[in-house]
Formats: sequence, structure tokens, C-alpha cells
Amino acid sequence: MRNPLSKTIVTIQPSGIRKYFDVVGEMKDGISLGVGEPDFDTPWHIRDEAIYSLEKGRTCYTSNAGLKELKIEIDRYLTRRYGISYNPDHEIFVTVGGSEAIDLAMRAMLDPGDEVLVPQPSYVSYMPCAVLANGTPVAIELTAENDFRLTAEQLKDAVTPKTKILVLPFPNNPTGAVMEQSDLEAIAEVIKEHDLYVISDEIYSELTYLDRHVSIASIPGMRERTIVINGFSKSHSMTGWRLGYACGPELIISQMLKIHQYAIMCAPTTSQYAAVDALKNGDEDVAKMREEYNGRRRYLLSRFQEMGLSCFEPFGAFYVFPCIREFGMTSGEFVEKLLDSKKVAVVPGTAFGECGEGYLRISYAYSLDVLKKAMDRIAEFVGELRERGVQNAGI
Amino acid sequence: MREKLLAFIEKNSRIDLRQLAVVLGVDEAAVLNEMEKMEEEHIICGYHTIIDWDKVGIEKVTAMIEVRVTPQRGMGFDKVAERIYNYPEVNSVYLISGGFDFMVTIEGKTLREVSQFVSEKLSVLDSVLSTKTNFILKKYKDHGTVITEPKKDERIQMIP
Repeated sequence: MRNPLSKTIVTIQPSGIRKYFDVVGEMKDGISLGVGEPDFDTPWHIRDEAIYSLEKGRTCYTSNAGLKELKIEIDRYLTRRYGISYNPDHEIFVTVGGSEAIDLAMRAMLDPGDEVLVPQPSYVSYMPCAVLANGTPVAIELTAENDFRLTAEQLKDAVTPKTKILVLPFPNNPTGAVMEQSDLEAIAEVIKEHDLYVISDEIYSELTYLDRHVSIASIPGMRERTIVINGFSKSHSMTGWRLGYACGPELIISQMLKIHQYAIMCAPTTSQYAAVDALKNGDEDVAKMREEYNGRRRYLLSRFQEMGLSCFEPFGAFYVFPCIREFGMTSGEFVEKLLDSKKVAVVPGTAFGECGEGYLRISYAYSLDVLKKAMDRIAEFVGELRERGVQNAGI
Repeated sequence: MREKLLAFIEKNSRIDLRQLAVVLGVDEAAVLNEMEKMEEEHIICGYHTIIDWDKVGIEKVTAMIEVRVTPQRGMGFDKVAERIYNYPEVNSVYLISGGFDFMVTIEGKTLREVSQFVSEKLSVLDSVLSTKTNFILKKYKDHGTVITEPKKDERIQMIP
């Protein structure tokens, strides 16, 4: 029999965290801080609107690009929150989560051999999506010294004549890093100079604790070379609804929409009706959840400080990214031992790129009670490791 | 800070002060100070626990009683309310707009005990014109907390 598999697909590695996954599920009294989605239910008024749409029998396809009403609300929202505006008719379309938009943007813009710059540590899908679109992903290793932000120098050093796209994943999963206005202005110069395009994944934009999130599309000269990707999963706690959107110049958006039309048809109709309500009446819910995440963020940081674990202060998303280099083991080893001895599951930094070695991703999409219990156990674990370290050194 | 503090402890009064200070991003001493002040000013009037007594196997009967009264000269409703709320059996007393004057919640061990209180203590008060007793059959939500089974975390335990 012939090999049924494509040569490209077999080069792609499955996600590295699957092996911990089964262990956590079977543990009694285990605590997982490994979840990358909100712990809040979708606000009731949004769910209610979805139910109402079902009662009304709104169960058919929408147009490929999504409900007109929703696209208008998306434009209003982006204008009101981030000062960027898109024409609902040609520059916005609704996708099955932000993930679909990432895939489509790559496929619409890449030719074989084109290089895609992916700052890491970052979300796991950029590299595979670039490969599937026949592009060549190139990692830029972000460092704790720069608060895991992308600097103009790092970008300049990574650019080659083949570079076409820069992925900008901020606020960042897993580090929680954000890019402020001045950071974006600095890299925008390099982007324009080398004629690059940007895929800006802003799915965590509402979870910013420093100041308001700044979109790179709002920097002069960047709108025409940026695809902004956002969605409802993180901001409105709507992960299961699978709803996101892409905005950008018509030239690119129309081609992305073409793939969407053939591969997907349209995003889920019920979710789209719910999302209209989310944007019209949800600002207060978003603010409340942000406030709550922020409290937990402060709590985790203070606990790590008490433990004496070095952890830079993240100002976005719902993760902290402490450093565990002092224990002389890999992230993977640390995670396994922690799971084994204290039944706490966290994600090794290496799941998000090789440069995540020496770090852990800890999610605070959990209640304070759960976080407190987990932090007590981690503190115990760290204490035991240090004691053992001292003993070994003594002998 | 006051409003933030109150909003937080209204939902979770068991959190220790140190954790509360960190979560709110303020100084621990300031939180302690503010809490003491608010207790003195009687802004914080007490700390309670929401209990599902059914699960303990202890029978409790709660009734909400609509009470119509004649307000007393010079005192309005306050004096009447005081007469009612001084009974330890009475859980809450609210002055209500609409077809009656007070909503009174009473807790007792048996139906008989509650009815007895209504007929022997409440109805006979001079200013009480009439009462209508509504027994609570099941509590679904109390003080913003859903009483039924706690929600399980159904999220996949490891997601990038």
C-alpha cells in the first residue's frame, strides 16, 4: 500500500503537553493549573440571547463573512476600545475562533520559501500553521531580560530577504508579556523598512492590567500591513462558542474569506447572535472579569516572591511564567516531579518553544481558593528541593 | 478602596486579610484599618454562612410573612418594625412597597412552631391588621449563591 500521509504533515509534532494530560485526569485530589481558558461561565445575558435566537429558529447559515450586524458591532467595538476602524463590508469577517483566522492569514499570504517570524515562547499553533501554508517558520527567542517583549534589535537580526510575515502574539500566552505603545512604535520602523506584514493575534487584548491594550494597527503606517485577529473566547469567556474575527486591508481579507468560504462556509450562527449581544451589552462583564483576574495575578506574584522564585511581572493574559533554573532540572522534569509529589499540574515552558526551557506556565483562570491550595503545595515542593540541594552540596 | 473591599468580602468574607490586601493591591494595615472602621460605623453589620440545612438532615421551616399594619403616630413604621424584629424567631424584616407593609422572614423547627408564632405573637400585636404566611418549599439561590450542587470544573485539564 502507498503511504497515505503527506510529507508535510508527518513533520509536524503533536503538542508536547498531551502526555501530562492523562495523568492529571486520573489523579485524585489533584490540582491542575494547566488550563488555557477562562473559568467564568459566559455571562448569562449572552447565553440567553443565543437561546432566544434558537427559539426564533435562526438555525441556517449566515453569509460567509458573518452577520452584517455583528460586523458592524465589531467595528464599533474596535473603534471604542482601541481606536482602529474597519469597513464592515470588506475589511472584517467572522471566523471559527481566532485559531481559524491564524491559519487563513498564513495561507492567504505565504508562498513556498517565505519566512514567518514567530516570537517565542508563544502559542503552539503559529509554527504548524506556517508549515501547512508552505512557509518557513523562524523563531525569535524572547528573553526575560526584555520582559519577554520583542525589541527592534531582535527583529532586525531575524529579518532576511525571505521574511514576509511577523506574528505578533501580545498580550502573550504563555508569558503574559504585553507590548506598549513605544515598543510597538520601535518595531513598526523595522517592519516598514523591510516591507513585512503582521499577523497580530490580539485574542487576550481585554486582559491587560497595565494600561489599555494598544493594537499595532493603530500605529501610523501599520494598518495597511496588519491583519488583526481577535475573538470572544478570552474577553467574554466564550471559548466553546468558537467565534473570532479577522480585520485588515480588503486585498488580504478577501482572499482569506475565499478560503473560509470553501473550507468552513460560515462561523456558527447561534454563536454569532450571542456575540452581537456580547459586544452591545458586555463591556461591564469584561471589566469585572478583568478586575478579578488582576487580583489573582497580584496574589500569585506575591506568593512567588515569598518563595523567592524569580518571576517577571506579567501585565497581560492570565498566566505567570516563573523561572525554575535554580533547581538544575529541565522544565519537563520539574513538571513531572511536581505532579508526582504534590499533585499539581502546570505546563512546562518548553511546550511554547525551546526558549521556554527553565520556565513554567501557570494559569490563574482558577478561583482564589484553588490558587491558594496550589501555591501552598508548590511552596512546599520548592522548599523541599532547596533543602535537598543544600544537603547534597554539604556532602 | 472601601467599595472594592466591600464588593469583595460581600462574596467571600473568609479570605484572610493578608491575601485580601494582595488581591486588592493595597497595604495590609490599610485593609485592617478600613475593616475595623467599617465595623465600628456599622457598615459591616455581621458575617454569616450560607448553609444548606437540608443536607445536614436537620429540619427547618422558613416562612415569608406579608404583614399589613397601622403605622403609629409620630413613629411611622419604625416602632412597629422594632416590635417585630426583637423576636429572636424573626430572621429579617423589610418595609415593602405595594399591597402590604412588611415582609417578615421567620425560621422555626416545624410548621407548627412557625404558625404558632404567627398566630400567638405576630397577629396579636396591636398595630398588625393582617398577615399572610408563605412557607418556603425549596431554596434554590440565597445571597447570590446557588444552593444546589456546586458546579464541577469541566474544562480539559491541560490546554495550551
